[in-house]
Amino acid sequence: MGFVTFIGRRIFQSIFVLLGLSILIFIIARIMPGDPARVAMGARAPDWVVENLREQMHLNDPLPVQYGYWLRDALQGDFGISLFTRRNVADDVREFLPASLELVFTSGIIAGVVGISLGAISARYKDTWIDGVLRMFSYFGVVTPAFVFAILFLLLFGLALQWLPPIGRLSDGIPKPPVITGMITVDALLAGQFATFWDAFKHLLMPALALSMGALAQEARITRSSMADNLSKDYIAAERALGIPERVIMSRFLLKPSLIPTISVFALDFAAGLSNAFLVELIFNWPGLSRYGMNAMLRKDLNAISAVILILGITFTIANIVVDLVVGALDPRIRLSAERSE
Amino acid sequence: MDDAPLLEIKDLHVHFHVYGGILRVLDGVSFVVHRGEKVGLVGETGCGKTTTMKATLRVLPMPPARIPGGQILFQGQDLLKMRDDRLRRVRGRGISMIFQDPTAALNPVFTIGQQIRAVVRHSTEKRLSRSQIHDRMIQPIREVALPDPERMLGSYPIQLSGGMRQRVCIAMALVADPKLLIADEPGTSLDVTIQDQILRLLGRLVEEKDLSVILITHTLGIVRQLTDRVYVMYAGTMVEVAGTEELFRNPLHPYTHGLMEAVPRLTGGGVSDGIPGRIPNYLHPPPGCRFHPRCPHVMDVCRQEKPGFYRVSGDHEVACFLYRDKERSA
Amino acid sequence: MGEVIPARHSHPTISLEQVKLMERQTRRENLGRAWYKFSRNSLSLVGAAMVLLVLLLAIFAPLVAPYPEHVKPFTDFANAKLPPSWAHPFGTDEIGRDILSRSIFGFRYALWMGVVVLSLVVPPGVLLGLVAGYFQGTRIDTIIMRITDIFLAVPPLILALAIASILKPNLSNAMMAVSLMWWPWYTRLVYGLASTLRNEYFVVSAEVSGASTAHILFREILPNVISPIFTKISLDMGWVIIIGSTLSFVGLGVQPPEPGLGTMVASGAKYLPDQWWIAVFPALAIVLIVLGFNLLGDGLRDMLGAEEI
Repeated sequence: MGFVTFIGRRIFQSIFVLLGLSILIFIIARIMPGDPARVAMGARAPDWVVENLREQMHLNDPLPVQYGYWLRDALQGDFGISLFTRRNVADDVREFLPASLELVFTSGIIAGVVGISLGAISARYKDTWIDGVLRMFSYFGVVTPAFVFAILFLLLFGLALQWLPPIGRLSDGIPKPPVITGMITVDALLAGQFATFWDAFKHLLMPALALSMGALAQEARITRSSMADNLSKDYIAAERALGIPERVIMSRFLLKPSLIPTISVFALDFAAGLSNAFLVELIFNWPGLSRYGMNAMLRKDLNAISAVILILGITFTIANIVVDLVVGALDPRIRLSAERSE
Repeated sequence: MDDAPLLEIKDLHVHFHVYGGILRVLDGVSFVVHRGEKVGLVGETGCGKTTTMKATLRVLPMPPARIPGGQILFQGQDLLKMRDDRLRRVRGRGISMIFQDPTAALNPVFTIGQQIRAVVRHSTEKRLSRSQIHDRMIQPIREVALPDPERMLGSYPIQLSGGMRQRVCIAMALVADPKLLIADEPGTSLDVTIQDQILRLLGRLVEEKDLSVILITHTLGIVRQLTDRVYVMYAGTMVEVAGTEELFRNPLHPYTHGLMEAVPRLTGGGVSDGIPGRIPNYLHPPPGCRFHPRCPHVMDVCRQEKPGFYRVSGDHEVACFLYRDKERSA
Repeated sequence: MGEVIPARHSHPTISLEQVKLMERQTRRENLGRAWYKFSRNSLSLVGAAMVLLVLLLAIFAPLVAPYPEHVKPFTDFANAKLPPSWAHPFGTDEIGRDILSRSIFGFRYALWMGVVVLSLVVPPGVLLGLVAGYFQGTRIDTIIMRITDIFLAVPPLILALAIASILKPNLSNAMMAVSLMWWPWYTRLVYGLASTLRNEYFVVSAEVSGASTAHILFREILPNVISPIFTKISLDMGWVIIIGSTLSFVGLGVQPPEPGLGTMVASGAKYLPDQWWIAVFPALAIVLIVLGFNLLGDGLRDMLGAEEI
């Protein structure tokens, strides 16, 4: 049962880290020059109204007390009113988060499947021209900023070739499926509306591709190097020497140990995906949480900014724990040493 | 013993292509094992013993390794020219190998059972039933005297001691009833008492199953106990071969002398100096005899020409110009 | 206890000078081998050449750029949106400025961003990592590493965007925002290395012989973690430049009319796809500079054997 304890402790640590993050966010929100109450009411509001709001927002209390109020509200899902949309931030998050998750998950799947396959091909044909081409491709994938990919794809597939719809989540005139998860592709499938799914999928594909490029290239590089590394290990030689066929070795005995570093890096790729979504959603006009956050930042909408960062922090933390779980499941060395250290 | 040899390696060359050039790791190695014979292969660490054996089974990582020349005949067929699917049937069933470091030779992320099962399943072209597979997995584990076989199958290598891992490796090598077993420094990474147990186990199994064996080691005592005939290797070349007793009674090559003197003797008082110097680098090996920079009897000819083998007595051959004139025609 | 125990085997005595000479020779030999490894990998040489080229272009920008005056407030609507030609190899932008000249000056901002951020970030990050690693298991370790974890709990770009957005949008605030987010990566890297080194014999023997903490941190441990740090710096130059250009792209970094590469891509994006060159060439300039630092960093990693990066 040691592994359960290990994960339990990871979750406990994460809660601590997230509390710390909330303090950090609170500090950032309060270092902003200017009076949040004045900003909220606008320049022409009379002083006594602003003063009332200050009292209401607990801005006259000492900072730790203010933090206490803020955290209490945040834990209840109350992040206040967005200055920009004039709605409850929590409602905005509920509306926009699924679109972002849909985008980031799809790009993660693309990055994982394509990246690992390309890495495996590269390792299989190591030092041939195939490997050379793939490595060059991954280099460019890693060094090109996501917004450049977004622009290039938009230009190429959206505008020049017109293969894919350039912006938005659905074409005009196609009704939205009933909201279940908030991810249109998933909801359309759940409702059995395949035409809607296909349309939503076409809208999803290009931003997801643009978002996945960096992670895809990174996964390909790491898979290649770990497979090439493991290929010269004694256990592969031993398995060959005992007459196990090459295809079994490649698809099983080499693949599993080689995937461990690849999957460990996935947490970082996920982080990169969440951050780059800020740009990609902006460029493709994708109505997700990141675009919402980006707009909030450009308008200094503090309540919204705090909520978005906290939500993304939580998402990233969960992703980290999931990755730890998967790696632990794949690698007995990690699992068993976690058990032993109990 | 006069019939065709079980394994015959002829003039094998192995190169490693690395940054900075070509390492000529094996430079014309020849080697014979007859049916039922137990052959020792000795030499310092890094002299190419393991490379020779990995090349035999074609499990050297290529690249960087390359085999530019030579023949490896197993039961008369050249393994170097054999198609992959036929080679696979020789591996494990014809020739099997126990790797030097049992920790490195076991896949860390699969259970012992998963690894043995794969070997069992591919040890025959027949489809085995579940119970047949299970029996064939359990039997070798019993043979190597591992306790609690069922639990052993569910364990990962990291959960076992070094001695148990070594036993698992031996068990896996025996699954397919090989004709020739290559044992690469078995037990070296373990402490002396465990190593002794492992060697005794190996000796017993070899006797019971009447296997031919190649035993790689740098410990001469082990060779003396377990083998009939010994090859001495230095820096990618064979320097001497003789029957075990003959070699210990009458070592000829200066390198073999050095090796014997490097053995700690309980009676002689302390450890002797061994051979001064170290194995030359393979990027720019010395011309002529590779041993000449370290040889106390070096002559001019040693620096220019590579010595051939001189047959000094019945099965005693040595590659050294000192014995040029003492050759007896066979 | 004053009795001298005679050595059983007499070792030839070596003077301190000889030891130092041997150390120096070994070091020179290692340096030679390292350079050999680096230069064998042609891609690292390409990377080094690209970095050098960008560096020279940035330094001599006023001399190299064909139209240095186009970097200052300047409009020439008659020559606006010209496609690439001999006079303007990268074309001209929406108000007639030469994109090549502006891209060359753009390198200055990109490099400046990288240099400033890394020189702000590396010393404190490394110091905290050394201290936490050396005092591993103590309260100091716990405090430093928990704070580091908090900063690592959100992708750096997001927090940098948030901080930059709250401050006045300009280059120095962008650099500050990125710096605030970047030190934990160095702390974590050095912590991992230092916490294993601290149990090595050379550290323990320095402790036993009464060396000061500062001596142990900076003279014993630091030299042994310096190669991974340098490798990370080279790779991070690329990442910081990407983040900097991203901030500029959304308007939180270099402000127009100054020629930030990200800024130029953002303003050129409006003219896609017809006047593609306005956005594409500055974007390629970003790719060039980041690729250079990445290839260089990978070469350094091979050369210094810093696999932990």
